[in-house]
Amino acid sequence: MINKYLLTIIRLLILLLSFGVLTGCSLAPKQQDKIIPAQRTLSDNEDITYPMRIYDPWEGFNRSIYKFNAKFDQYVFLPVVQGYEFIMPKIAQTGINNFFSNLSELSNLINSILQLKPKSSLHALSRFLINSTLGIAGLWNHASTWGILEYQEDFGQTLGHYGVGDGPYLVVPIMGPMNARDGFGLLVDSLAYNVVYWSAFNFSTHQVAGATFSLTRAINMRKQTKFRYYQSGSPFEYDLVRYLYTQSRKLEIAK
Amino acid sequence: MKKILICISSFFVLTGVYSNSSAYEYPIKDPFVATIIGTSEAFKAEVPENVNVKTKKLKVFKDRKTPDIFWYDENLKYFLAPQKGAAPLIFVIAGAGSDYNSSKINMLLRVFYQAGFHVVTLSSPTHPSFIVSASSNSVPGNLQEDSEDLYNVMELVWEDIRNDLAVTEFHLTGYSLGGAQSAFISKIDEGRKTFNFNKVLMINPPVNLFNSVRIFDDLLVNNLPGGLDKMDEFMAETMDLLSEIYVMGDFVDINEEFFYEVFKTLKATPEKLAAIIGITFRIFAADMYFVSDVVRKGGYIVPQSLALTSTSSLTDYMSVSFRISFLDYFNEYFYPYFQAKYPNLSKQDLIASTSLKSIEDYLISSKKIGLMTNQDDFILASDELDYLKRIFKSRAKIYPTGGHLGNIDYKDNVEYMLNFFKH
Repeated sequence: MINKYLLTIIRLLILLLSFGVLTGCSLAPKQQDKIIPAQRTLSDNEDITYPMRIYDPWEGFNRSIYKFNAKFDQYVFLPVVQGYEFIMPKIAQTGINNFFSNLSELSNLINSILQLKPKSSLHALSRFLINSTLGIAGLWNHASTWGILEYQEDFGQTLGHYGVGDGPYLVVPIMGPMNARDGFGLLVDSLAYNVVYWSAFNFSTHQVAGATFSLTRAINMRKQTKFRYYQSGSPFEYDLVRYLYTQSRKLEIAK
Repeated sequence: MKKILICISSFFVLTGVYSNSSAYEYPIKDPFVATIIGTSEAFKAEVPENVNVKTKKLKVFKDRKTPDIFWYDENLKYFLAPQKGAAPLIFVIAGAGSDYNSSKINMLLRVFYQAGFHVVTLSSPTHPSFIVSASSNSVPGNLQEDSEDLYNVMELVWEDIRNDLAVTEFHLTGYSLGGAQSAFISKIDEGRKTFNFNKVLMINPPVNLFNSVRIFDDLLVNNLPGGLDKMDEFMAETMDLLSEIYVMGDFVDINEEFFYEVFKTLKATPEKLAAIIGITFRIFAADMYFVSDVVRKGGYIVPQSLALTSTSSLTDYMSVSFRISFLDYFNEYFYPYFQAKYPNLSKQDLIASTSLKSIEDYLISSKKIGLMTNQDDFILASDELDYLKRIFKSRAKIYPTGGHLGNIDYKDNVEYMLNFFKH
């Protein structure tokens, strides 16, 4: 099945990646004639372990994407989110968030089943059924009110559950911090998502509706994410985020 | 560091247990626990959630070139929460490593705004953004010079906003390091007279910065099992503990309930709590050392002739910075810098200048200055609390519990702060 939404995203990614590679190269440190070592350096003693170091072979490239994402946030993404918050009534914003969150039960369900987790499978299924019907197409989240809470599961977690390691750390344009395993997981999840909903909503024949759907989903996702680039103030924010991301995924997989 | 502190401390959100009836009913008796957890919702002073806050920007030094890797810190940001009509204006100065947008600052902003003040919040001179954009020497830690930098910034802020506000009088406050700086700023203002502050409140200030920083440093070094070489293991173990609790308990989310469970488990090991405070402080300190070195091209952590760019890996520099104790920094970087500037300066002189004692006469005679702190604030060395009592006498409000700033948003404390400025 041709999936226009996904194709557009992939094209955009390739465009951004090539942009990132170019700037990455042009920004490579200029070779200095002679570099005198700093007063303080890493110890040669191999018994010493330094905290918060994560496998990141593509670091230079990742850092350039990190900066790109910060600028994209600043000039495009966050202004759009603010505009959305300005024109959209609060209650509609909540409804829209519930709507997309309900659709994501698909991924929760598939991945709970893949990991043979009866409880979270049951939660995902009953949430989807309750909220899609009584919650009128997911606009209201009755299931949570009744204590049937969401268990977030994605394909990255499923892979992790079966022992697939993190792989290299990865910063994906617009999407942000990730690792190779979770990036692949995301690709699989979005494929499933789009295959199902694209045909369910018949977006192939209603392209404007499809575009609106994708755009609103992206805006809502950014709105729900509290993270702001460079807000920590730390010069080591990239490293801290890399560490915290890795640790929090570990927690999510363990669950 | 504050984001990390928030991160770590949000592991410990507690929901109002440990009540004990006495005159002062702040519920947490342990100073470390109080410092990490703060005040739980039920005991907090009520503040409005939505306040009209404007984020403003200043270019402090017109011709300063910002290092490539700090491109996002070219301008100094601050918050302004303006009242509609005429009102007093209060400046609030953040604690060590915190910026104008930290959680404590946000709380104080709401407290004072609600009480009818125009509020301006400022980053600490020890925060990376201030070191990059507003510090004249970019070597933070010298109380007098950092306070002069703050004073310059306050004058620029006033230039920036004076046409939009009707201000009746000026007040000043700050917490932790910002508290000590408030006193120095007040003294500078006696000479320069831009603001003629009506009231100045120091909240949980250090007496001697050098002593207080060493106390923080010791929290880490003395409580980390196996010492600094094992910091990685300690953090990994703590994380494993979290995931164990997470998996064992039936938690759906990383929420308050989960943090409470984590806290209960950790409470059994006070060393761990102390080490966590110590790590948080060390991360902040590492930020400060590194940023200062890059801005000054000091050759301390980063080779002098190396130009870092936004794609350069900083991981090794982070690892190196984590290993620098405050005493190392003082002896190898801070003191040599000031010694080059003032050749006759001894280490003892420099340490003495980082103390409130260096402006003791002013503190004794200046009745506009008040103090609010806690009996169990561990940033004070053993005789320093008595010193504060002796200097401030009836102008000192000392609470029995709260640790370092744990009770700053407790109802009684907030009431005291507001009364101080209103009367």
